[in-house]
Amino acid sequence: MDGYYAWMIIATALVLMMTTPALALFYGGMTRAKSVLNMMMMSYVAMAVVGIVYVLWGWSMSFSDGFSGDGKLFANPFKLFGLKDVTPDNYIYVMFQLTFAVITAALISGAIADRVKLSSWIVFLPLWATLSYFPLAHMVFGGGLIGGKIGAQDYAGGTAVHINAGVAGLVLALIVGRRVGFQRDPMRPHSLPLTMIGAGMLWVGWYGFNVGSIVFHTTFDQNPDAFLAQFYSETGRTFANTTLATMAAMLGWLLIERLMHGKATTLGAASGIVAGLVAITPACGAVDISGAIAIGAIAGGVCAWAVGLKFRFNLDDSLDVVGVHLVGGIIGTVLIGLFSTSEGAGGVDGLFYGGGLGSLGDQTLGALIAIGWSGVATAIIGLAIKYTIGWRISEEDEVNDGIDLAQHGESAYDFASLGGGGGHGLPSGALAQGSAEARGVNA
Amino acid sequence: MKLVTAVIKPHKWEEVRAALEAFGVTGMTVSEVSGYGRQKGHTEVYRGAEYDIALVPKIRIEIVVDDGDVEDVSGIVVKAAQTGRIGDGKVWISPVESVIRVRTGDRDEAAI
Repeated sequence: MDGYYAWMIIATALVLMMTTPALALFYGGMTRAKSVLNMMMMSYVAMAVVGIVYVLWGWSMSFSDGFSGDGKLFANPFKLFGLKDVTPDNYIYVMFQLTFAVITAALISGAIADRVKLSSWIVFLPLWATLSYFPLAHMVFGGGLIGGKIGAQDYAGGTAVHINAGVAGLVLALIVGRRVGFQRDPMRPHSLPLTMIGAGMLWVGWYGFNVGSIVFHTTFDQNPDAFLAQFYSETGRTFANTTLATMAAMLGWLLIERLMHGKATTLGAASGIVAGLVAITPACGAVDISGAIAIGAIAGGVCAWAVGLKFRFNLDDSLDVVGVHLVGGIIGTVLIGLFSTSEGAGGVDGLFYGGGLGSLGDQTLGALIAIGWSGVATAIIGLAIKYTIGWRISEEDEVNDGIDLAQHGESAYDFASLGGGGGHGLPSGALAQGSAEARGVNA
Repeated sequence: MKLVTAVIKPHKWEEVRAALEAFGVTGMTVSEVSGYGRQKGHTEVYRGAEYDIALVPKIRIEIVVDDGDVEDVSGIVVKAAQTGRIGDGKVWISPVESVIRVRTGDRDEAAI
C-alpha cells in the first residue's frame, strides 16, 4: 500500500509534466516562429484554469457518488465543492485526476493554433471542462453511463480524454475558422527539435497516465495478497503495452509516410509516438503484448494517412488534433473489442480471443456516446463564444505581427536569421521591429 | 573602382574568405540572404503536406576594389565558390563613383 501511494505521487507529477512542458513543446515546435509563445501559453493557461475549476467542482462532478455504477451522466457538482469532506490523505487521487482534466483541455489548443484570443480561450476552458470533460470523466471513470452501465473498457481515457479532445478540436476548428492563408502559405513547423523533445517527454509522462490509472478490485486492508498481486501484474502489463504500442506506432507512421511521400521524417516519428500512446491509452490494461503491438501499428499507419484528410476537407485543424487524437482514440477504443483478453484488467475476451461481438459493440457504443456528447457540448460553448466575445484576433495581427506580439507583446526569438530561407518572404518585419526596440532602449 | 558582389552557397563562404585574404583583400561586407535562380528552391513534406520552399539560403559578399584588381578578385571568388552543381550563385561587378573612409575622411583609392 505504501508503494502504491508513493507511485501515485510520482504518476501525478508525470502526468502534470505531460501538459507543462511536454505538450507545450510538442505543439510549440509545430507552429510558426511568430506563434510559438501563444501556443505554449494555451497549455500553461489550461493548467491553471482547469486545475482550479477541478478542485472547485470538477472532482465532485466526476467522482462524488462513489463509483456507484448507476449509469448517470454526471455526479453532483456541489456535494464535494471545493473538496469539502475530502480528507488530505485522498488529495493525491484528486490531483491525479486533475492532471487528466488539464491535459484533455490543453490538447484541444492544437486545432485552433495561431489565431485565438487568449481571453476567449480562458473563457472556453472552464465551460468546456464543466460541460464536456467532467461529465465524460464520470461516465467513463466514475461509474457512469459508459464505464458503469454499458461496461465499455477504457483504462486511461481513450474516450473521456482523446475522443473528447479530438471531437472538440474538430468542432472548434470549424467554428473558429481557418487561419489566413491556410492551404496557400507554407505553415511549416518552426522547430522540430522542440517537437521531438515534447514527444519524448509525453512518452515518459504517459507512464504516469496509463500505469497510474490502475483501479483495484479490493483494498489492501481487505485482501493484501490480492491487492499486491493485481498491483504487480497490472502495472507490468500497462507499462509494457504502453511501451510496445508506441514503438510499433512510430514504425507504422514512418512506413506509411515513406510509402506515401517518399521520406521518413522526424515529425512523423514524433507524431507516431503520440498516435501510439493515444491508441493504447484505453487498451493498455485489456490487451496482451501482441495486441498492443497490433493496435500501435494500426494507429500509427492510419493516423499517418488521416492527418492528410484536413486538406481535402479544407479544415484547418492546425496541429492535427483530429487526425491523431480523435482517430487514434477511436482506433484504441474500438480495437479493444477485437484484442481484449479475459486475462486483462477488464476480464473480457474480444472477438479475436473467442469473446464474440459483445465487447466490440460495447466499445463502439462507448466511443459514439463520447463523440456525440463532446460534439454537442463543444458546439454550444464554441458558438456562444463566437457570437459574444468572439474567437479571433484581427486579421492584421494574425498576418503581420503574429499572435505572440499581438496577444502577449513578446517575441520568442531575439534574432532574425535570413539564412533559414523562410518560404514566404523575408522576415523584414522582424528586423524593423528589432531596430525600433533598440532605439527605444537607447533613448 | 568597382563593387564586386557575389552571392554564393553558405558552405563555400570560408573557402572564399580564405582565398580572398590570401590575395590581400583586407575587408568585405557579408550578409545572409535568401533567393533563388534556376535552382527554384526545393520541396519539404510535413505530415503529408508538401511545401514548395522557393527561397534558398545564400551568402552575399560585397567588396570594393581598385579597377586593376577586379578580374583577380572576381576570379578568386568564382574559383573558390564553384562546386559545378546548380545553385553555385552569381558574381556581378558594378562601377563605384566614390568611396569615403568614415574614420579619416580619406576618399576613393586611399579609402579602399
